[in-house]
Amino acid sequence: MKKPANALKPHKSMNSNTLLLYITIVLFILLYAAGCLVYGDRGFTNLQTFLNLFRTNAGLICVACGITCVMLTGGIDISVGSLVALDCMLLAYGMSVWGLSAPVMILIVLAVGLVFGLVQGICVGYLQIQPFIVTMAGLFFARGMVSVISTEQLAITADVNQTFYDMASFRISLPFGGTVNRAGKVILPYIGIGVVIALVVLVLVFLMLRYTKFGRSLYAVGGNEQSAAMMGLDVKRTKLKAYVLCSLLCSIGGICYCMNTMMASTTQATGMEMDAISSAVIGGTLLTGGVGNVIGTLFGVLINGTISTIVLTNGKLASSWPNILTAVLLCFFIVLQSIFARLKEKNK
Amino acid sequence: MLNKKKLTQQQLFLPIVCVLLVLAVNIVYDVVQGRDFYDFFKIGIENGLLSGRIISILNRGSEVAILSIGMTLVVSASAGTDISVGSVMSLSASFCVMLIAGFGVSSVSSPDEFAMPMVVGLLGALLMGVLCGAFNGTLVAYLNIQPMVATLILWSAGRAIGLLLCNNLIVYIRVPEFGLFGGYVGPIPTPIIIAAACILVVTVLLKKTALGMYIQSVGINKKASRIAGLNSQRIIFLCYVLCGLCAGIAGIVASSRITSADSNNIGLDMEMDAILAVALGGNSLAGGRFNLAGSIIGAYTIQAITTTMYNLGVPSAVSPVFKAVIVILIVAIQAPPLKAWFKRLSASKALAGKEVANG
Repeated sequence: MKKPANALKPHKSMNSNTLLLYITIVLFILLYAAGCLVYGDRGFTNLQTFLNLFRTNAGLICVACGITCVMLTGGIDISVGSLVALDCMLLAYGMSVWGLSAPVMILIVLAVGLVFGLVQGICVGYLQIQPFIVTMAGLFFARGMVSVISTEQLAITADVNQTFYDMASFRISLPFGGTVNRAGKVILPYIGIGVVIALVVLVLVFLMLRYTKFGRSLYAVGGNEQSAAMMGLDVKRTKLKAYVLCSLLCSIGGICYCMNTMMASTTQATGMEMDAISSAVIGGTLLTGGVGNVIGTLFGVLINGTISTIVLTNGKLASSWPNILTAVLLCFFIVLQSIFARLKEKNK
Repeated sequence: MLNKKKLTQQQLFLPIVCVLLVLAVNIVYDVVQGRDFYDFFKIGIENGLLSGRIISILNRGSEVAILSIGMTLVVSASAGTDISVGSVMSLSASFCVMLIAGFGVSSVSSPDEFAMPMVVGLLGALLMGVLCGAFNGTLVAYLNIQPMVATLILWSAGRAIGLLLCNNLIVYIRVPEFGLFGGYVGPIPTPIIIAAACILVVTVLLKKTALGMYIQSVGINKKASRIAGLNSQRIIFLCYVLCGLCAGIAGIVASSRITSADSNNIGLDMEMDAILAVALGGNSLAGGRFNLAGSIIGAYTIQAITTTMYNLGVPSAVSPVFKAVIVILIVAIQAPPLKAWFKRLSASKALAGKEVANG
């Protein structure tokens, strides 16, 4: 984990940034170890529990990758949760009421993400409106559109669409780490298609950020907009592309999310923007832009997932605890970033 | 031409045009429905209480108006918005009701069952608002974190903490005294009086002391104000505390209206309305100069828009779509690139006109 982060940034500003990544990884290991120690008897030590972190958070991984790209440019996108809800609703409504096939609906959802990102990107990049205002309007717009489509709770069952149902329930078993159940049968740990999609997205975004011109220009724009412009980068277009990419990844994430929940409702994925942003921030992406890495973001997502799993396994804690803990973690890391930034200022 | 230009550059131009538009929509709708065209303006007395659509808008718009006061100051001083106001409202309301009813109690129907006197609960709500404001203010003013990211923390955690305080229940306080703040004093709805009082106090504070000027100066240039001898950080901090206090007051009004604390629904989407009110009032969201009157007119305009939409039969869940579009349009009009484009357009027109005249 150390090397990629190291290679990304110039040596001087490195220390505090890798330190943030280290803190995140150590925190995740500590959290998971604590979970194993306390709830080991409830199956926390199973490999499947670990894989479930990926299975339930496949959508979040895609979304968080998208938001990391936007945050690298110094912007932010809080519309992601609503967009995921809109995607789910579109998928469910399209397949159950319009009777369209799964591939068509997936294409439509991707197109919606593209258009959504295009509008937001133009507003942020070319009209120079504050990203927060634009994406907050986007948040309310998407959430409202969900109610426009339908205010009912729609479930995607095998009757609604066989293809999508099969895709969602398709299990890829791993050849090792099985557990023996009460009947004496070996159950192999498995993952779903969503996990594969999420990991492919993760690797692609990682490679893009490291090796492509566009990826590097994201860092340049976030690091210092003026110098990026002077270097000859098209800052406006880079920002536009970042928002389009984010919304597109959100749509992919929405499909993964939908495969996991198999239903759509108006209140779905509320607070997902918070999870995604906190994952990115916890993973060491600076809110001011220019520094960050999707590997860190992945660990951020895993930390969030571990917190929810622990609260769920406990069973007695109120359901609002994951929310509060995520906010506390986010607060901690934001303050940490701010302190590091101040120290760096002083060292100059 | 010159007059027209001056008119459009007035700060109150935008809100007043919006008010007129909303009025026009209402009047047209009334006439189409076969009612009197002045139906909108009718104020009557029903059962000894004031009634009528204007009164209803003033009444329902109180929370947004109170929030928009704090939001205006925050926007002006820190060039960012406090997106946690809705959650802080809900948190204050939950805290207030929790103090009055006692933890874990789901319903109280007489003053004898109060765990604490009502005054303690109300003061608790205000204190909670101030605390939340202070939290946001510390992050923004002293730790230099972008306002919207700092307030994002409470935006998501506020409701969750509120739910925790109420033990995941909707706590009811079915006591007339508690319903007073969302009910009526004599024939007049109390929220209107509370909103008017808040507006009055803040206006006096801004006009009679130099605070208003300090806030604007910090908003225009933080460093220059610091060099000129202002404590920029403390002023920004104070703005957030005031904003939190406003959210606390709004929370009391909102929970008193329904005589309960519904953590999930009190103040829902309210931050959007408050920001929209500030933008509608002709205030730049980039900070600096502000006009409190504009924000207040903006707040009531938004309520008028909401009420009109309900009258037209738009479901409440759909109304955010329209509000989002309006926000983007207003902010886009104010955006520097578009302004520059308009300027160039009018300049080239003027040039063309001159050439024609000369040629």
